[in-house]
Amino acid sequence: MAAEGGMSLVVKTVTRWLKGLIFLFGMYIMIYGHLTPGGGFAGGVICASAFILITLAYGAPEAYRHLPRGAAEKLDSFGALTFLIIALLGLWFAGVFFRNFIGTSPESHFRLTSAGVIVPCNLAIGLKVLSSLFLVFVMLSALHIIVSGEGRRRIERRRHTP
Amino acid sequence: MIVELTAGLILLMIAGALVAIETRNLLSAVVSVGAVGYLLSVAFLFLGAPDIAITQIVVEILCLVILIRATISRDLTSISGDRELIGLLASLALLLVVTVVVILTAAYFPEFGAAVMDRVAGAPSRTYLLDGLEKTGAANSVTAVLLDFRAYDTLGEATVLFCSILGALTVLRRRARKKPEEDA
Repeated sequence: MAAEGGMSLVVKTVTRWLKGLIFLFGMYIMIYGHLTPGGGFAGGVICASAFILITLAYGAPEAYRHLPRGAAEKLDSFGALTFLIIALLGLWFAGVFFRNFIGTSPESHFRLTSAGVIVPCNLAIGLKVLSSLFLVFVMLSALHIIVSGEGRRRIERRRHTP
Repeated sequence: MIVELTAGLILLMIAGALVAIETRNLLSAVVSVGAVGYLLSVAFLFLGAPDIAITQIVVEILCLVILIRATISRDLTSISGDRELIGLLASLALLLVVTVVVILTAAYFPEFGAAVMDRVAGAPSRTYLLDGLEKTGAANSVTAVLLDFRAYDTLGEATVLFCSILGALTVLRRRARKKPEEDA
């Protein structure tokens, strides 16, 4: 818990209230991507921006407390693999790569379950985009390109020592 | 109405891009680029593409955050010195060539709002719109195209993203591993 790092108390409090709502909105965009505008990529970016907000307001350690780096790397690979496995399951069950093997029926139109494999595909892409964008942002801040506070002090020290 | 609105937005975007090029302050340039991105998302909204508008606005926010944080942690945020004559001449020549080409090809553009892919009989775009809901069950036809009709494209895009993230992590990690205490 970076108590002194990060931004001011106002930003931290607002972040504490908003992070769940942003994540929820991202998940909504992801899951309902086949009915309303949006989809896996946009929802994943919105969810990642919730974690990036935490990184900006509290610093990277607090963000790692929410989503550890190992978990983010595994989630990235999990999303990509799930997408590929869904495609291969279409080949296995219906004989065509990426075939919608769950299928659809006219009665289920405009429901959450209407689109068969599109919902899990959207979820897989969303999780992948979420974790990969979060990882890139945090890795960049570990490189002192985007650090606040400590990193800038370290850069200052390095500049003053010849 | 839509045409005039979009034209106005495009003019504002050009103005923002010019400010981004001409300003001496790096932070102002980044903010102008962000304004161009937001105007682009509004233009997508007017043109009836809410999916792309959502994606554009969230990616724009992310890029703006990264660029601003990268800009203000650098000490050199203002640019000095005049531009070179040869570069200016080359830019002007390129601008002339592009303008001539655009004016020449503008006669062959389809009507504004007309489907570009729909000029041939039996074009797939008509099938996507008419039978998308029946065939895929997805009411949002953009998702129907992305994840059913053209799912190969999405798989390729996901692969590109995965590989680029992998490369970025590898490259960035080699720097970080020298100083283990920074690898938080």
